[in-house]
Amino acid sequence: MATTIYVPRDSSAISLGADAVADAIRAEASRRGIEIKIVRNGSRGMFSHEPMVEVATAGGRVAYGPVTTGDVASMFDADFVSGSEHQLRIGVAEKIPYLKSQTRLTFARAGVIDPVSLDDYVAHGGYRGLRRALDMNPENIIAEVAKSGLRGRGGAGFPTGIKWKTAFDAPPTPKYVVCNADEGDSGTFSDRMLMEGDPFTLIEGMTIAAIAIGARRGYIYLRSEYPHANRALGEAIATAYAKNYLGDDILGSKKSFELEVRLGAGAYICGEETAMLESIEGKRGMVRAKPPIPAIEGLFGKPTIINNVISFATVPIIMERGAEFYRDFGAGTSRGTIPLQLAGNAKNPGLIEKPMGATLREIVYDYGGGTASGKRVRAVQVGGPLGAYFPESMLDVTLDYEAIAARGGILGHGGIVVFDETADMAQMARYAMEFCAIESCGKCTPCRIGSMRGTEVIDDIINKRRSRENLEILRDLCDTMKYGSLCLLGGLTPLPVLSALKFFPEDFGLDAADVDFIGPDLTISANAVTSNAIAPR
Amino acid sequence: MSAEHSNNGGGWDLQEIQKIAERFADTPGGLMPLLHAVQERVGYVPSEAVPIIARTMNLSRAEVHGVISFYHDFKSAPQGRNVIRVCRAESCQAMGAVELASHIQRRLGIGFGQTSKDGAFTLEPVFCLGNCACSPAIVVGEDIYGRVSKERFDEIIARLNPGVGQS
Repeated sequence: MATTIYVPRDSSAISLGADAVADAIRAEASRRGIEIKIVRNGSRGMFSHEPMVEVATAGGRVAYGPVTTGDVASMFDADFVSGSEHQLRIGVAEKIPYLKSQTRLTFARAGVIDPVSLDDYVAHGGYRGLRRALDMNPENIIAEVAKSGLRGRGGAGFPTGIKWKTAFDAPPTPKYVVCNADEGDSGTFSDRMLMEGDPFTLIEGMTIAAIAIGARRGYIYLRSEYPHANRALGEAIATAYAKNYLGDDILGSKKSFELEVRLGAGAYICGEETAMLESIEGKRGMVRAKPPIPAIEGLFGKPTIINNVISFATVPIIMERGAEFYRDFGAGTSRGTIPLQLAGNAKNPGLIEKPMGATLREIVYDYGGGTASGKRVRAVQVGGPLGAYFPESMLDVTLDYEAIAARGGILGHGGIVVFDETADMAQMARYAMEFCAIESCGKCTPCRIGSMRGTEVIDDIINKRRSRENLEILRDLCDTMKYGSLCLLGGLTPLPVLSALKFFPEDFGLDAADVDFIGPDLTISANAVTSNAIAPR
Repeated sequence: MSAEHSNNGGGWDLQEIQKIAERFADTPGGLMPLLHAVQERVGYVPSEAVPIIARTMNLSRAEVHGVISFYHDFKSAPQGRNVIRVCRAESCQAMGAVELASHIQRRLGIGFGQTSKDGAFTLEPVFCLGNCACSPAIVVGEDIYGRVSKERFDEIIARLNPGVGQS
């Protein structure tokens, strides 16, 4: 019988040569007359081992990595097809400590199954959640999601059940389900990995949402930077239609749901939900003022639930195992698990799904093994480009919504970017403003002009041009952007800037006393701001 | 996928643009997929296409132009035969992306947003490829590369199909 060999089709694995490795394995097997079957699985998310090749053996799936094309012949020489010893042999995949210590709920199947095989998906528990949902009335589905404590994993942390209930209660005009797959935050890749590694989970979650609120059409708004995710989603959606998991009369339930992928076009702001709706409507991605909230007036002016990929992809396991099962993981009001993503200058970067409440230190050191460069950790940015930079001394913070917020930061989409001691935090602060200027939709002045001015002012401070006056301008500018911007792009850009100033003033040529207007929770003390700045709401 | 796939234009005419546009005339919010389809066919969105798209979609030319100019992906002029996108975001910066970007600009003799005189290369910044666990990352044509050192970049460029990198 042909031995099954797994080589990931995950784009990060491909970026390290996985396609060529798969070709080399196929060619070498054929030359030696060894019967194999190659499955292109997702990644398990241990990127220091990618491309990681697995072989199915009686004793489990044995992993080898990182494999290059040059290793393939020697692996066959060593009979890796039987799981034998080789210098790249890591061991049975499930028993690798990096994986074994995680709690994989949302990512239970990613890296394990053939992502586009419906049979594989169903064999691993897929569509049990939908089948249960089809036997329930919509109110009970929504109550189940609410009871699980699931909060929006895109970054805002809004309770998913409440959002669904709002759309459910809206008048029964056409309603929509939209997945925000515009994962633009640097340091985040969990959406991408899920869509490439287990796309049916997202489709199932969205289908359950549609049934719950009575929507018949859904969209996945996918960023154009993710062509491999687009391919995997396209294959999975086509199969779901062919097997009656999408389309009319799903599994004989009389319920219908049409789902399609819409591609973005390289605009970070379209990850903001109202800008995303504009983009799906075929317009410039300009942010809308809220209210009305999208659950009441969303896509094409109709009630719309918008959730992140991870939020939707977590619904199937909640429906399958029950709300209590999911709710029993976590800390405080942050329930369940979160797929954290460790990136930047980390020795062992990857996807780490843990119950809410792990510490940043545990992720950066126990999983990450410190920096890739071997130098000291200097700063860690949590929550994407709009998140705070924390110094090494603050790594004991726990990773749940409230604990991070208490230190003035955001958990965001769970991205963690490590910087070593060579990082210039003044340049990172400047970059935050520059990025905001490049990506601003331009609708509101604090964001559009403030970010441009912020870049200039930080340059002046760095170059010691009237540092003191310019620091005052920067302080007021941050205050105005925070309170006066229409959305969180302008509203949160001050966060990386103020945290860099607060914790790394020396990089700006400043002393701690110069930045004492920034509180320990990264707020600007009200009496520091000059009177013409905008007062806190 | 070969690198030259990113620029497969040529041989198009306005009638073909009209046909592409008609495919999306009844699609709710069809302008974005329409523009993607035109760009995939031609390599950019030609200015002559704008009035046709506007008429077919029942929009003003200003509205169509507004959408094209808003999104970084949509181009109004032909791109180089190899479009190289270099991630400039935080995770890649933490792994030396600024230095890598300088090296690439020197190596290609062009800055961000520019196309080399012989039309071989266009250099674009990109803000996150979701390859943050393998920083720094770049895309050449349709192919993504991770952990790109200066040396690895030079190898990637040297491996491009003969003729592709030359005028």
